[in-house]
Amino acid sequence: MSEAIPHRPSRVRAPAKWPGLLALAVVLLALPLFAGNDYHYDLMIKIALTAAVAVGLNLLVGYAGQISLGHAAFYAAGAYGSALLVQNHGITPVPAMLLAAAGVAVLAWLVGKPILHLKGHYLSMATLGLGVIAAIVLNNEDQLTGGPDGLPVAPLSLFGHELSVFGSYDLFGLTVTGTQVWYGIAAGFLFLSVLFALNLIDSPLGRALRALHGSEIAAQVAGVDTGKFKLRVFVISAVYASLAGSLYGYYGGFITPNIASFTHSIELITIVVLGGMASTYGVILGAAILLLIPQFLTGFQELEMVLFGAILMAVMIFMPRGLVPTLARRFQKEAP
Amino acid sequence: MTALLSVDQLGKEFGGVHAVEDLSFQVEKGRIHSIIGPNGAGKTTLFNLITGLYQPSSGGVHLNGRSLAGHQPHELAPLGMCRTFQNLQICMNMTALENVMLGRHRHLKQGTFTSLFKLPALRRADQQCREECAELMEFVGCGQYIQHHASAMPYGALKRLEIARALASSPDILLLDEPAAGLNRNETDALRDVIRRIADKGITVVLVEHDMKLVMSISDQVLVLCYGRKLAEGTPDQIRANPDVIDAYLGNRHSREEATA
Repeated sequence: MSEAIPHRPSRVRAPAKWPGLLALAVVLLALPLFAGNDYHYDLMIKIALTAAVAVGLNLLVGYAGQISLGHAAFYAAGAYGSALLVQNHGITPVPAMLLAAAGVAVLAWLVGKPILHLKGHYLSMATLGLGVIAAIVLNNEDQLTGGPDGLPVAPLSLFGHELSVFGSYDLFGLTVTGTQVWYGIAAGFLFLSVLFALNLIDSPLGRALRALHGSEIAAQVAGVDTGKFKLRVFVISAVYASLAGSLYGYYGGFITPNIASFTHSIELITIVVLGGMASTYGVILGAAILLLIPQFLTGFQELEMVLFGAILMAVMIFMPRGLVPTLARRFQKEAP
Repeated sequence: MTALLSVDQLGKEFGGVHAVEDLSFQVEKGRIHSIIGPNGAGKTTLFNLITGLYQPSSGGVHLNGRSLAGHQPHELAPLGMCRTFQNLQICMNMTALENVMLGRHRHLKQGTFTSLFKLPALRRADQQCREECAELMEFVGCGQYIQHHASAMPYGALKRLEIARALASSPDILLLDEPAAGLNRNETDALRDVIRRIADKGITVVLVEHDMKLVMSISDQVLVLCYGRKLAEGTPDQIRANPDVIDAYLGNRHSREEATA
């Protein structure tokens, strides 16, 4: 059959990923030009780390069609795990972060294994429970975690240098502040998160995942062991959250059980739904919007949760596909 | 001749209703074997039993001499069996080509790290898979949709896309559940051609279909089901001449005479 039909490589190439990645790189590199002070950098770092969690969560929610209501627990496990490994076991920060991620992977596997071969939304229930347990443990085990008062975290050290947000460093002849270096780390982490997510989506594994959302029966008949694949993407998304959590701890120098709260898990889900399920770039925008809103509401902090709820409802009613996919579709229709 | 698929005293009950009852037949290798019967005769139930979506209440199914009892649906593709669906099962969140590529799932590596880093070996294998699947789309006659999203394709083309996806798993035996339903005469003629070419490749075809013209023109063997039981089995000519089959489809002579009287 292959001799009979001439090759038409141009017709069957995979859609190119580099234009999107290039655009992301340009935006990440250009943003510091608009940052006037450390407060702007602080915001951008937090957005980048949260966006990376959302990119991972989107693999689970947007592509595999499963909902986790406990991703804040994995984020907190990463943050506390790496902080405690550094503090109590003298492990350097980067290996501590990887060890914590491995621990979170095992935790996610143990939670997901008995649940994910069941049909329906049992994963939401189990992760909801996990999130609640994580918050209780972090609050009550104060001997280990510092309880509600929080836990100081040792700063990240790179190539033998401690990286303090208050320091200034000489980088290839440029003098940069610690916060600027941290922006570089967070932006780089987000970029790699997106790159890996896009690789995954466009692989045979990614097709199997998307098929779970499209038609689970079709996936099964094609030979996809659906439970196994859901479990795998659940673990991957938990590792994303863990790594981002570790970085957040090293950056902030102080963590509290708040990062494991149910509110935080809901915030992460809201970001994915707002930005656009199954839209990797969309959830970055979702993270930016949701983290910027409280900055304009400083006087009405108690309204924050109400507003998140309202956003979630409005998106579900008016654009269930999410912001970016809805707008992309509208532009495509208007284009000739 | 050897039996590739053998169904032995198969039965399925839904709360006292016998959807399939004491059914035995064999499908020989390389043949086109059609299953016909009035609505509710148990044809789709039979397919779901064979492909592991339902578990039988009694009896069993053997593929290549191997029992399929207790197999999960996803374990059948590696054994060389694939199917299509009466109500389409197309992933509308994917492109047409990706739907076909899903069919090659079991032939491709899916390691987590290989996928995250998109290693060159995976990239090459995936590109080769892409080209093979594009050829399969040409083969079933929906080549013009290679670059389309599945949600942008018309019904008739989606039916063929599903056949292409099933073929992508390189099956020994292909089960087609009413592939001509909803197709017009021209599309059905083209489908007949596709099914014949599939059989020419040495793939055994089991066909559930209502379109008698299609069934009678391409089948080697025809099995007639009625209320979950075997009513008749034979070549198309034998089936056409079988009085029981005529009764089942048109009512028995007695009631026909009453109706005309």
